[in-house]
Amino acid sequence: MRTIHIRVNQRAHELSAGCTLEEALASLGFKPPFAVALNLHFVPRDRYADTTLKDQDQIEVISPITGG
Amino acid sequence: MKPQPLSDPLVLYGHAFPSRLLLGTSRYPSPAVLQQALSVAQPAMITASLRRQTAASVDASQGFWQLLGDSGVPVLPNTAGCHTAQEVITTAQMAREVFQTDWIKLELIGDDYTLQPDTLQLVEVASTLIKQGFRVLPYCTEDLLVCRKLVDVGCQAVMPWAAPIGTGKGPINPYAMRMLRERLSVPMIVDAGLGLPSHACQVMEWGYDAVLLNTAVALATDPVTMAQAFALAVLAGRHAFIAGTMNEQEAAQPSTPVLGTPFWHQS
Repeated sequence: MRTIHIRVNQRAHELSAGCTLEEALASLGFKPPFAVALNLHFVPRDRYADTTLKDQDQIEVISPITGG
Repeated sequence: MKPQPLSDPLVLYGHAFPSRLLLGTSRYPSPAVLQQALSVAQPAMITASLRRQTAASVDASQGFWQLLGDSGVPVLPNTAGCHTAQEVITTAQMAREVFQTDWIKLELIGDDYTLQPDTLQLVEVASTLIKQGFRVLPYCTEDLLVCRKLVDVGCQAVMPWAAPIGTGKGPINPYAMRMLRERLSVPMIVDAGLGLPSHACQVMEWGYDAVLLNTAVALATDPVTMAQAFALAVLAGRHAFIAGTMNEQEAAQPSTPVLGTPFWHQS
């Protein structure tokens, strides 16, 4: 089975080729609320399912924290 | 006597807020202390941020999320830590989805030591965000031309610093801040660098419309009481501005009437 190597929040992960963003987020156990950027571009929640990941993709999953 | 708010709400982008104090939510001793501080200060908005979700951070994030909802105070997400236009825009878009708000505190850092905003890129980024429907509150310096250009691209308020973030120095360039207030008519919120309630009161006396602060409250020995002190100081400064201050005089002038002074003899 072909695989791809991606980084999520700077950590390396190996996933099946053809994996969608939605599948990746579910498998990695992220908990809402969060928002996602793929290669520095925002991906709206309703696009997770039709966003197919590619080798070397960089994903950021961010959640609310305190701020000034 | 408890001071009563004047009936002049802070109006930003057509939205009226009953308070002229905006509070940050960071660096408090505990979430409970933050919650109490918000309860006594009743701020117009509270700032929040976004960071990578990790196994170690997820519980704190979810607790904070709950606290935000319970507080009932409108959230002003920031783009803290962003150093490029693309980082700001992406962060703002993510904040809009997470916090379900178009408000954004635009922070674009140009220097890590002073946390001075990158005013050369700020105007263009603000323009992009405005076109994308954001209500942008840009953190900027007290530079008149930068503030004017931010207004020109559609910012309906600007947020000049009083001093670098977290320093608590108070207004370090009073002349420029007073001149800026005179020259621009949009709402202006003093953001960053205030350390004392008297600093907040002073800028409000100068006619600034609101203050945004975090560290001065969060790092006080008693943050809850300090939150109240700042709320009162902002109110006092606003009352003073509305009331109109007396003109300063060089020579002493007795406040008690001279006429009829006993034991007084014309020499």
